Amino acid sequence: MSVVTNTTTIGAIDAPSRRNTELMLMVFAIAISVFAYANVGLALDGKLPSGMFGYGAGLILLGGVAHLIVRKFARYADPLLLPLATLLNGLGLVLIWRLDQSPRLIRRAEILYGVFTPSAPRQLMYSAIGVALFVGVLLLLKDHRILQRYTYISMVVALFLLILPMFFPAKFGARIWINIAGFSIQPGEFAKIIIAVFFAGYLMVKRDALALASRRFMGLYLPRGRDLGPILVIWALSILILVFETDLGTSLLFFGLFVIMLYVATERTSWIVFGLLMSAAGAVGVATFEQHVKSRVNAWQDPFACFSTDTSGACEQIGNAIMSFGSGGTLGSGWGQGHSDLIGFAANADFVLATVGDELGLAGMMAVLLLYGLIVERGIRTALAARDPFGKLLAIGLSGAFAIQVFVVAGGVMGLIPLTGMTMPFLAAGGSSVIANWALIGILIRISDTARRPAPTPAPSTDAEMTQVVRP
Amino acid sequence: MNKPLRRIAIFCGVLIFALLARTNYLQYVKADELNTRDENRRVRIERYAHERGNIIVDGKSITGSKETEDSDFKYKRVWKNGPMWAPVTGYSSQAFDASQLEKIEDGILTGNDDQLFFNRTMSMFTGDDKQGGNIVTTLNGAAQKAAFEGLGKKKGAVAAIDPRTGAILALASTPSYDPSTFAGNSKSDSEAWQALLKDKDKPMQNRALRETYPPGSTFKVVTAAAALENGLYTDIDDATDSPLPWRLPQSRNDLKNEGNIPCKNASLREALRWSCNTVFGKISDDLGNEKMIEEADKFGFNKEIFTPVRTVASIYPEDNRPQNAMAGIGQASNRTTPLQMAMVAAAVANDGKLMQPYMVAERKAPNLDVIYTHEKEELSRPLSGENAQKLQEMMETVVEKGTGTRAQIPGVTVGGKTGTAQHGLNNSEKPYAWFISYAKTDNGSPVAVAVVVEDSDASRGDISGGGLAAPIAKAVMKAVIDSEK
Repeated sequence: MSVVTNTTTIGAIDAPSRRNTELMLMVFAIAISVFAYANVGLALDGKLPSGMFGYGAGLILLGGVAHLIVRKFARYADPLLLPLATLLNGLGLVLIWRLDQSPRLIRRAEILYGVFTPSAPRQLMYSAIGVALFVGVLLLLKDHRILQRYTYISMVVALFLLILPMFFPAKFGARIWINIAGFSIQPGEFAKIIIAVFFAGYLMVKRDALALASRRFMGLYLPRGRDLGPILVIWALSILILVFETDLGTSLLFFGLFVIMLYVATERTSWIVFGLLMSAAGAVGVATFEQHVKSRVNAWQDPFACFSTDTSGACEQIGNAIMSFGSGGTLGSGWGQGHSDLIGFAANADFVLATVGDELGLAGMMAVLLLYGLIVERGIRTALAARDPFGKLLAIGLSGAFAIQVFVVAGGVMGLIPLTGMTMPFLAAGGSSVIANWALIGILIRISDTARRPAPTPAPSTDAEMTQVVRP
Repeated sequence: MNKPLRRIAIFCGVLIFALLARTNYLQYVKADELNTRDENRRVRIERYAHERGNIIVDGKSITGSKETEDSDFKYKRVWKNGPMWAPVTGYSSQAFDASQLEKIEDGILTGNDDQLFFNRTMSMFTGDDKQGGNIVTTLNGAAQKAAFEGLGKKKGAVAAIDPRTGAILALASTPSYDPSTFAGNSKSDSEAWQALLKDKDKPMQNRALRETYPPGSTFKVVTAAAALENGLYTDIDDATDSPLPWRLPQSRNDLKNEGNIPCKNASLREALRWSCNTVFGKISDDLGNEKMIEEADKFGFNKEIFTPVRTVASIYPEDNRPQNAMAGIGQASNRTTPLQMAMVAAAVANDGKLMQPYMVAERKAPNLDVIYTHEKEELSRPLSGENAQKLQEMMETVVEKGTGTRAQIPGVTVGGKTGTAQHGLNNSEKPYAWFISYAKTDNGSPVAVAVVVEDSDASRGDISGGGLAAPIAKAVMKAVIDSEK
């Protein structure tokens, strides 16, 4: 399968670039965020927050640069992805800033660490780095298919990133951070993108072999070991590493990513069956043997049990998060007026959604979930529109991973599934998460730009007049 | 490859839909349940976010609210003269819940009660801060002060009621505690609470309502009432059929009197005046257990009383003959609360009508609208009017020239009865000093009071109802009469 750009039917339709739509949406996204910021200030202190103009200017600068770069270097990109990411990032900054103002969290930090450091300025810095990376992706990655060349390098890098945290001390029961020069980085967030690149590259090459050269076994088609082997090994390795690091959310994410991409590549439903069986077995196995997981499963089953027994406090957080959602009710308690800070640890990170639930209510929660849903939808649409299998696989891998991450985090915080520590993309405080997700959006935008770019006009042919077909 | 892509799209849609369904379930369906959970600290944050309503005595508030620092509970409860009023108010603590009036009337005090719904709705429109309602009590500040100061360092309790209405005028219990010391939820509050729990003098015990004592000779008033009501004796000045010594039934022990007093065939009046164990023991035995229980029940024994604060039941038990005879003079298994004995005195003073004791006169909405007023209510009629007056004469004789002379108030008719209740195995511990009395003016009887002194520095021989308890009762009665004027 050689590089083909203009043989599909989609490209023939001259799609409008939609850059002005994107600009309007960007203005909207930034305006909402600035308004939210003002709202928190008014609710907490009765006056506009002093940093509001700096914050607004920063957001306009970041959003503006991102938009201009897209306008210049990815003209045909999907117009929704960038404003959606900007809006979530902007709202996340307001939520984090709002939690920075919580006297309860300040007191808690002072008791535990002796000093309180606000997270919002850092988050703004990380967002800037994220947007810089986004810009970098668009500038350097002229065509997403270049990534295909790095299939095996990606594999090595992903494994390296996953193994790295083992050499650093565990924090909060999980070994997923590395500390460099005062910054802690979660390599798993980046590994998510890189391993998607590897899966896409490998599956694109092997998909025919995987789909066709298989034996029927108990009604399922099993591919040959030499085709499936390598990818299975890499996948199993990463899951093992993650389980060893007790990073369960990410291992679930990798598993889902793998199953989705394999299914899309081979078009064989049996992979879904396999995937579900294996994940069920894995989940039960891990939940039985791993103490960390066991306590979380217990907390999920009865989020209020440990309030009375007061043993590990494992469920206190999830119980408090659930009560935050309850207290928000339909319309929410209003920016800055909830008590989601009762959750304490990780209130602005893994549990940031509880603050949305408390202060913006059911209405706000539905809006935020739909924003995520839209990002996923635009990602899948990009995969559908992509003209090359690599682009399709990469786009579906990234959007599938994004969807699973949103589901695992939000479902965990809302008590739908057992909690596994992961960050809410864009919304939660956390450098790696914001930066990696901006890169992810960058890659999706690049693929969508390639997908929607009108096919170049065919080279003028000498006998064009005579052979031209009248188009409808 | 587009077919599986579309399926993945559906799968992702299902994931998002599951989240949407879950958030609807939590925030719409379950919201109310979650918001009222005990574990939900918001409930308490909200509860202490506004100033609590007050408890009112004599038109003045005896409670208040104070803004707290360093806590998410904005206001905490404070009490003016906490130790004196604690047996009335109870406590309300951010960390340790609440008790008594503070607990029972919590709905009004916090403003959450359904009766205040209209008020709340109005202030929602006017934008006023939420406020709590007030509880107006029947207590008399001067009487309470006299009772509390009268008890002083002694361990004991006082209960005073207005016999005409049943309104509780004083409830004191010593040693007491200051509920303000643990109203917050800081470390020092917790230490104060723990110290109170460990204190072997049990300062948090409400002795006026929740502790039962053997009533000793004060119970002879009930026995006398039983004798009159059952027609055992009709004239209080006729000689009774009372041998001396009198042997307890089914026993080889004689019932003894305190000292060498004229009890042989003494009239009821003289027997009460000298507090003859033999006479009243025999009356109880002559009437039998059943009739004694019946009369005691009419005075309020054997059931809990709600004022609205719960009062433990005083007990006149079913028992065998010798025990019944002992119970008739307030010993054996006969146990009573100070409030119960005040009710006995009150029923006699009120010509035989026992009024339901109460301490909440009015509940007021935050805008001072009265939303509840107590209507006086007759609880029972343990005595006929005629017999009540006979008993009054007897009790007045006790104060005039009997064991209760220390309760005399110049210009006021006072009736009373002393008691010195044995206590401990074979009377091994210091006895309880009792005094019950009432005062009468032209306007009926405004006060009946019961005093028990459990323990004091007085040596054993000096402990007597007349000596230790009567002066306290006198001070309380005087305070009430003075404030009536």
